[in-house]
Amino acid sequence: MPKVPGMVKGLGVTFRTMVETLKPSGGPATVQYPHEKEEPAARARGVIALHEENCTSCMLCSRECPDWCIYIEAHKTLAPPRRAGGKPRQVNKLDRFAIDYSLCMYCGICVEVCPFDALFWSPEYEFSEVSIADLLHEKQRLGEWMDTVPEFEPYEAGSEAKGRKVPR
Amino acid sequence: MNELVLAIELAFWQQTLIKVLVAAVLVPTTALIFGIVFLFKVMSWMQSRMGPQEAGPRGLLQLLADGAKFLQKEDIIPDKADRFVFKAAPVVVLASTFLIYVILPAGPDLIISDLPTGIFFAMAVSSLSVIGVLMAGWSSSNKYALMGGLRAGGQLIAYELPLILAVVGVVIQAGSLSMQDIVLAQANGSMLGFSGVGLPFLITQILGFGIFMVAIQAELTQPPFDMPVAESEVVGGFHVEYTGFRFLFFFLAEFATAFAFAAIAATLFLGGWYVPGIDPDSMLANVVGPIALFVKIMVVAFLIFWFRFTYPRFREDQLQRFAWKYLIPLALVNITITGALVVAL
Amino acid sequence: MAKLDGEQVVRCEPIPGYMHRGYEKLCEVRTYPQVTTLVNRIDWLGSFANEVPFILAAEKLMDVEAPPRAQVIRTILFELSRLGNISLFLGDLGIQLGGLTIGFYAFRDREFVLNQIESATGGRFHPNFDRIGGIKDDLPKGWIAETKRAMDRIRRLCDEFEELVLGNEIFAARTRGVGVIPSDVALSYGMSGANLRATGVDWDLRRDACPPGLSYDLADWKVWTHPDGDSYARTWVRLQEVRESTHIVDQLLDSIPSGPIMAKVPRIIKVPAGEAYVATENPLGEMGYYVVSKGDLVPFRVKIRSASFNNISVVPWVSRGVIIPDLITIMASLYFILGDIDR
Repeated sequence: MPKVPGMVKGLGVTFRTMVETLKPSGGPATVQYPHEKEEPAARARGVIALHEENCTSCMLCSRECPDWCIYIEAHKTLAPPRRAGGKPRQVNKLDRFAIDYSLCMYCGICVEVCPFDALFWSPEYEFSEVSIADLLHEKQRLGEWMDTVPEFEPYEAGSEAKGRKVPR
Repeated sequence: MNELVLAIELAFWQQTLIKVLVAAVLVPTTALIFGIVFLFKVMSWMQSRMGPQEAGPRGLLQLLADGAKFLQKEDIIPDKADRFVFKAAPVVVLASTFLIYVILPAGPDLIISDLPTGIFFAMAVSSLSVIGVLMAGWSSSNKYALMGGLRAGGQLIAYELPLILAVVGVVIQAGSLSMQDIVLAQANGSMLGFSGVGLPFLITQILGFGIFMVAIQAELTQPPFDMPVAESEVVGGFHVEYTGFRFLFFFLAEFATAFAFAAIAATLFLGGWYVPGIDPDSMLANVVGPIALFVKIMVVAFLIFWFRFTYPRFREDQLQRFAWKYLIPLALVNITITGALVVAL
Repeated sequence: MAKLDGEQVVRCEPIPGYMHRGYEKLCEVRTYPQVTTLVNRIDWLGSFANEVPFILAAEKLMDVEAPPRAQVIRTILFELSRLGNISLFLGDLGIQLGGLTIGFYAFRDREFVLNQIESATGGRFHPNFDRIGGIKDDLPKGWIAETKRAMDRIRRLCDEFEELVLGNEIFAARTRGVGVIPSDVALSYGMSGANLRATGVDWDLRRDACPPGLSYDLADWKVWTHPDGDSYARTWVRLQEVRESTHIVDQLLDSIPSGPIMAKVPRIIKVPAGEAYVATENPLGEMGYYVVSKGDLVPFRVKIRSASFNNISVVPWVSRGVIIPDLITIMASLYFILGDIDR
């Protein structure tokens, strides 16, 4: 069989792609974004959500953050005792927890270092703002994103990592 | 000549006015059709996308929206530009496109003017656009524009020759330079004694058709011959300094010229408005003719744009070598063979 | 900067520095875990590959080694970032030469690789997944099968590239014999990676000097070289490398051992005093980190050797007397990432 010239083969590639795009079974590789949305992976680092009850204001996340974009303010207060008749406990009450998403590099170190499971990644990605200053989100907004956090996926076979649960 | 128009008994100035209006509407419309169907849709499909979807049904009005956007843009003229030439260049380019439309036949009576030297006229006015391109490149006072303009000049002149030589084969076979006569020659021809479908010159002039297609690809400065407008080399070439409606002129001219050349190719090689089975003298041909021509144009244009979306571009010296060393000798061989056969048979 | 005589290049000199982000200095005020998220951004197309040599250098100083499972997963992700990087090269080359279509194909199929990186690490471009003594997390369920499908897509892209661009006579005419770099010039300019292999030098750090912590010895693969040293050879070598890389990933996916993914490493990482240089074969070429530690939480000095800076330094030599279209071909086929030049 004589060799097909490369130029003819190239025409074949583009024509094949066109047919494939137009076939109902094929379809284009793109999605029409505002109308249909792609489902990001469960681990996708979209936005950081805060489970406020778990936060003890230990400041680890704020210190480990490579560009220091987490702002935490807290004061000491007395909480009712755990057992009846016990002494009141001294706890840190979280006044302010804010992440400046205009500075955040989405590296995930804060989520990783959090010892009390208070920070989680959510695949939510539609939180753009018109003004860059509006990207500083306080704890209330961060708490709302907690609803969009998916459950942790099970691991691939052969893994010894422990499965984790998302507090609700 | 123009029985359809004459039948309504119009004065000469009224006829002329109608013809001018038709051409004025036709040129932007054809450019729009080409832009939407090929630049937006076919290109998208070949690249595994859907193309514009938002403006109008299935995004079909996107180009109108873009055109409106161009009209709103600020009209910027560079400080050091030669203002008169800068302003005149897009008009010259568009004018050469308008002039080609004069001789395109869409039916036995549907032609703006059936010049006895129709195809010769088309080739002559199409090369006028070189002047406009050179004017644009020179007057912009921009090194990229100048480089692109000179590249375009060299390229368009080099490919003018194979274009004309490819046409000569058809002209020899038809025995006329008139577009209508060329169509009729194909309609009345016979293929190996069988005269049912006429004789599209594609069959006898397959070599000429190939040369013609390559040459118009170069004339339109489309890939693989798009060095004059290569973004990665000369940042858009001769129209780099143009904005707003002046850029729109170049855009319209590009696609309207593509339409015109596709129409010439369809007329010369595919039988133009002639449909097998319909008497070329009947009134029906005036109705079916434009549709048939349009379908044929679309087929030719699909080929043009298919090449455009598939190939990488040549280098400037390779382009010239290709024209002078391969295309022109091939075209001359084609003329010789055609001439010899016409005389012998 | 190019000085031209008509279309002929008299002298062309790359002027780096416009994208200098000072990573070497920034690393000195970041703790070791924080550095990986910075160096992700050096070669932004193959970002995971940037973390690995730094982590390996730190591991060398601390004298820890990742468990086998972590090593294999690390190697797979390393190769995936290579695929994500070079598949974009294949598309970009087409765009530079005027054939837009292959660019869209490259973006389309690269998406599958990025999706795999994302579903494993969480980040599409900046994974920040490699840790001293292992990796951050284990693979999610179904990832192996999905990655194999992505590898099929990439192999299909390679076939399409071969038909659409590499096999095209126009492309061959544009690239063959253009920008020829002989092997001695390449070596004296310190070129590395596919640019070096395209000059006929059979040198691949993955095979010849693989640092401990990556498990390339588990796979059976081949280093491709081309004797010509022109733009065509560089493209060809990269295409073969992508193909070979998909085979490496396929083999490694089948041989992931079970076990932990983290070695015993203290929670607060202090690297003992010392110096270490570790280089790996990154998508663009040899990338190395020279880490000096004084026993602190932060490195005392980090010197980054990135591939593009050396690869681009040959441009003045190779571009003498060529014409502009050839310069485009040379620059596109040398394949540099701006961030990788300046760091």
